[in-house]
Amino acid sequence: MRDTFSRTLYQVAKADPKICIVVADISPAGSMAQYRQEFPERFVNVGVAEQAMIGLCAGMAMRGMKPFAYTIATFTIYRPFEMVRVDLCYQDLPVTVVGIGAGVGYSVLGGTHHAMEDVAVMGAIPNMAILAPCDPLEVEAATWHCAKHDGPIYLRMGKAGEPTLTANAPEPFQFGKARLIKPGGGTCILSYGVITKMAVDLAAKIENEQGGQVAVYSVHTVKPLDREGIARILGAYDRVIVLEEHVPVGGLGPQAKALAWESGARCKLHAFSLQHEFIHFYGGHADLLKAHGLHPDLIYPKIFA
Amino acid sequence: MRKRVLQISQKVTALHIAGAFSCLEIVDTIYFGLMRRDAGGQSPDTFILSKGHGSMAQYAVLEELGVMAREDMETYSQPAGRYATHPDYGLPGIEASTGSLGHGLSLAVGMALADNIQKQDRVIYVVLSDGELEEGSVWEVMLIAPSLGIKNIVAVADLNDFQSLGQTSKILPNFYPMLDKVRAFGWESVEVDGHSQQAVYDAIKSRSGQKPMMVLGRTIKGKGVSYMENVPIWHYRSPNPQEYQQALAELDKASP
Repeated sequence: MRDTFSRTLYQVAKADPKICIVVADISPAGSMAQYRQEFPERFVNVGVAEQAMIGLCAGMAMRGMKPFAYTIATFTIYRPFEMVRVDLCYQDLPVTVVGIGAGVGYSVLGGTHHAMEDVAVMGAIPNMAILAPCDPLEVEAATWHCAKHDGPIYLRMGKAGEPTLTANAPEPFQFGKARLIKPGGGTCILSYGVITKMAVDLAAKIENEQGGQVAVYSVHTVKPLDREGIARILGAYDRVIVLEEHVPVGGLGPQAKALAWESGARCKLHAFSLQHEFIHFYGGHADLLKAHGLHPDLIYPKIFA
Repeated sequence: MRKRVLQISQKVTALHIAGAFSCLEIVDTIYFGLMRRDAGGQSPDTFILSKGHGSMAQYAVLEELGVMAREDMETYSQPAGRYATHPDYGLPGIEASTGSLGHGLSLAVGMALADNIQKQDRVIYVVLSDGELEEGSVWEVMLIAPSLGIKNIVAVADLNDFQSLGQTSKILPNFYPMLDKVRAFGWESVEVDGHSQQAVYDAIKSRSGQKPMMVLGRTIKGKGVSYMENVPIWHYRSPNPQEYQQALAELDKASP
């Protein structure tokens, strides 16, 4: 995702002289070298100073530029939280806050590097939008969207090596719309971000065990949520499963439940997320998710008990 | 202008009147002496009141300039009004939402960077308080601005040696001296009497333009009204009718 982001940002910056990136001593690899060579003035490293990173982006946006703030998710949104809230959201400025390794992607780096409450925290701030692409193709589309988004937006990203999931998606990426990426009937899974890969694996497991086709949606725009689309989905399937790499508070699961109540949906609704506790456990990304019950083999029996 | 601030003080409670009085000459000098203006009154330069609680000083100047309407001043901090205790971005004359300390200087550096990229000749004036210089975010950007080659920022720190709970030099004895700290971070700096418009003007006019500048203005909190000067409660309080009359009399005596 990082490489796709930097490649896309180069293209975006080439097309629009207002695009710039401010990093806090963490830089996307890949074609960033080319970006820096061609647009040296539009690449700013403030050093390890995240509050300043956000403030500078706000000031640049106030002069008509379209800045991207970039570092590890915990440091783009938690450390400078009040700058994000006041400078970007209160003033409603077009700044993209890029969070790398959101969720628990920085598994072995431990809890200081896990952004597992990010959707709840960013979603609570008025004006802030949230985009969580599920694969590199969606990262590309999301980056193009961010460059023209009118207001602050949190781009929730993974790191590297994420597989492509949407090459044959029946629906295109459209900001604000839940996107069907794999068709099916009867049962569907709603997910966003990197863990959407697990949603696809879970769909395959359900198909193997139960037969039929399981639909998967990428709810990449977590805010503003596609309330109409999700209400329609809740009405159209017998069983809806929400899978997210986030604490059980303030994410997609609770919102889907609220929508199900409001829309009078009759489907069965299952929500799977991280536990509401810090992770003091080390291993790879998949190991951490599994420790919190997120693995197709652990989820399946909870649905079909 | 102090009288105008006092008049408004009779309508509301939360005013930060003393903090407005300490930076009034600084704000006035920047707007009337330093910011360039074309025939239509438009300025390429920017003013950010990073110590947003001094807003009454800025509002009094904006009213004088005709940027802020008289009825906006009269409805200050009231349900019918638009201008509140802290400046709000987007209102006429207000170029940043401030009130939370430690934000304005970063915004200014972002603006200055954008001006460099877009080849704009603009100067950004930022007024900070001494309490504000205790915020770590200020020092992040103090280090960054000269490192990024920023030259078109003029900050003025209103050093009245008071903050909410008391005297700055007693709460944090290592706060002063400030001059060496600012210079050590790569800024051009000079310390002046912040109530002398001439001194503030001369200091800024003589800047080299090779570095960002921070003028340290020594001031008196509540300047001009004897019972307010250096008395912390006036960070928040508005004068009662009797105190109001006394303040007016003192200001009349000073400048009839």
